[in-house]
Amino acid sequence: MKLIKFFAFIFIGLGVLSCAEDNDDATPFVPTNVTTPMTSVDFKLSNDFDGTLVDNTNFTTLTLTNENGEVLRAERIRYLISKLELTSVETGTVYKLKDYNLLDISDETTYNFTSDIQIPLGNYKLSMVWGFNEEDNVDGVYVDLNAASWGWPQGLGGGYHFLQFDGKYNVDTASPMPFNFHNGTAKNAAGEFEQNFVTFAFDTDILIAGNTEIELKMNIAELFRNPNTWDLNVLDTPLMPNYTAQKMMQQNVASVFSIGTISNN
Amino acid sequence: MKYWFIILSLSILVVSCSKDENETSEDAYEPIPFALQIPEVFQQKLPSPLIPVSNPLTNEGVALGKKLFFDRILSANNSLACVSCHAPQKAFSDDRVLSLGVNGQPGSRHSMPLFNLAWNLDEKFFWDGHKFSLELQALEPVTQANELGNISWEDVEEKLQNHPEYPNLFNRAFGTATITKELVVKAIAQFERTLISGNSKFDQFTLGQVSLSPQEQNGLDVFMDETRGDCFHCHGNPNNPLWTDNKFHNNGLDATFSDLGLGGVTGDSNDDGKFKSPSLRNLQYTAPYMHDGRFATLDEVIDHYSEGLVNSPTIDPLMKKVDQGGVQLSAQDRADLKAFLLTLSDPEFVNNPAFQNQ
Ligand code: HEC
Ligand code: HEC
Repeated sequence: MKLIKFFAFIFIGLGVLSCAEDNDDATPFVPTNVTTPMTSVDFKLSNDFDGTLVDNTNFTTLTLTNENGEVLRAERIRYLISKLELTSVETGTVYKLKDYNLLDISDETTYNFTSDIQIPLGNYKLSMVWGFNEEDNVDGVYVDLNAASWGWPQGLGGGYHFLQFDGKYNVDTASPMPFNFHNGTAKNAAGEFEQNFVTFAFDTDILIAGNTEIELKMNIAELFRNPNTWDLNVLDTPLMPNYTAQKMMQQNVASVFSIGTISNN
Repeated sequence: MKYWFIILSLSILVVSCSKDENETSEDAYEPIPFALQIPEVFQQKLPSPLIPVSNPLTNEGVALGKKLFFDRILSANNSLACVSCHAPQKAFSDDRVLSLGVNGQPGSRHSMPLFNLAWNLDEKFFWDGHKFSLELQALEPVTQANELGNISWEDVEEKLQNHPEYPNLFNRAFGTATITKELVVKAIAQFERTLISGNSKFDQFTLGQVSLSPQEQNGLDVFMDETRGDCFHCHGNPNNPLWTDNKFHNNGLDATFSDLGLGGVTGDSNDDGKFKSPSLRNLQYTAPYMHDGRFATLDEVIDHYSEGLVNSPTIDPLMKKVDQGGVQLSAQDRADLKAFLLTLSDPEFVNNPAFQNQ
């Protein structure tokens, strides 16, 4: 009898322990009862150039004029965002919704993605990272990004591209010129590698009420404007090994994203 | 006529019943799943290969596909097989500038090497991507006048059906002795998916088994350097051991296009002159180069990128200093780039007995 009690004690103890362990894992423990229903969250990325929608149907044909006055045409736009997290306004709990998403403007299926986890309904704030932060920007570890030829050269610090924007400028003249606006880890004059990601923490309160879709807007024109007015005639290609250009891009990226429509239906 | 149908369906019933009841009968033969060997470098760096659920690899299917690939029975006059233009010693390509079809006439494009096709994740095949999936791809050469030259697939199906061995081999691979073009291309696609090349000197370098010479190392640096070769944006990198992006680009060969490439498929003039980036694996065995086989040597290819670029409206923006013909690599860099490119060749692949006719 004593023995049985002893065993029961151990079993209960084990049960408690394993629950406690779960709490430590990626997603914090949340009581799932009727009063806190859970939901996944959809994201939709929409890209524009000062209000002109840019997507797979028109990105190679649109002529766009940047802040400095160059007329340009895009041929490839791909960019990576990572660490999409929602922080509960009520409890401060952080939910990791998606590790990363590589958007390819030529492939509309990459504009949309759904969170990997479900979260309780409530009010949240959104944060994310442009590219990968230092911890996540590990050379060669993401097989899908490897196959997408998204790697950043090891001679420049390795890891992955954050942005690949290729096109031609001065397309309104007889001699259009190519540009390769690529962003990733920066290599400084001393040959050291400097992280070049940008963290976005949006102020907007986001109500997650079920079937929520968050629209994230990217204004491509901001890449050439704020705070650095970009002169493609000077900085067109090659820019990857150009430390100054990489740091200017990092500054300009800081204003490209905003939160668009949030729908709950 | 009606009776005929009833008898047929009855016999099908009987056959399928006997399948369940008697496992040792020939009709009940279950093909054995094929154990695909994935190179260690691919396991580390790449997603899983694409194997359609509708066509899993089996030992019997792969063996049948191989037999068909090497068999001249697929051509109109029994003179050519797939292997005639896709030879194992050439990494399954052809050293002719333009391959010759059954009529002795050249086609309009250079043959393509065949390897790592299950990692073409977009599944767009041919130089211009006009066929989706390997199964659909294999339908085409059989009835192309400039290739295997049959008037119709029915003729081929009939020849195979009347062959002493094929009906039984199809039965073992697919559970039916009725040979259709769909099953023929399934078998060939199974064999093609086993053509995996992942043991080049560079693969061994990635695994830490060998080191590169200083020349080869500098060649890699040229390849990866945006100010010099900048090859990696289209042709892979040490973390993308496919050595291709499987995408379509105009790499500055011509000012105007006799072959529109991707533009001929999409009908979009923005795509004119774009062709699929070939893998740079096995270049040692795949000369001549480009979609029309215009360059006989790797030196000619490197000279093209270095100083021979030709402008056109659709030239890829990654092609730099086009007005000067390119970035003018130094003689040393060119030689080193070539030395590096040759480390991507895989002698084990071209000599693999599993891929030879025997
Ligand atoms: C007469 C020469 C010839 C014969 C015979 C031939 N091919 Fe080809 N093959 C070619 C050429 C040329 C191309 C490129 C054609 C193009 O892009 O339009 C090609 C392309 C291919 C490709 C596309 C590879 C890629 O990476 O996109 C595959 C797969 C292929 N052939 C398989 C086969 C099979 C299977 C057979 C037999 C059923 C066959 N070929 C017979 C000449 C030939
Ligand atoms: C903009 C993308 C792009 C870049 C950058 C690029 N290539 Fe290519 N490469 C291609 C395409 C597309 C083809 C096929 C073109 C055709 O056949 O019309 C090709 C063909 C080749 C071939 C012929 C392979 C064969 O099997 O026929 C070699 C070799 C090659 N490239 C090497 C290089 C090297 C070396 C560099 C860097 C100096 C480089 N490429 C840069 C896109 C590119």
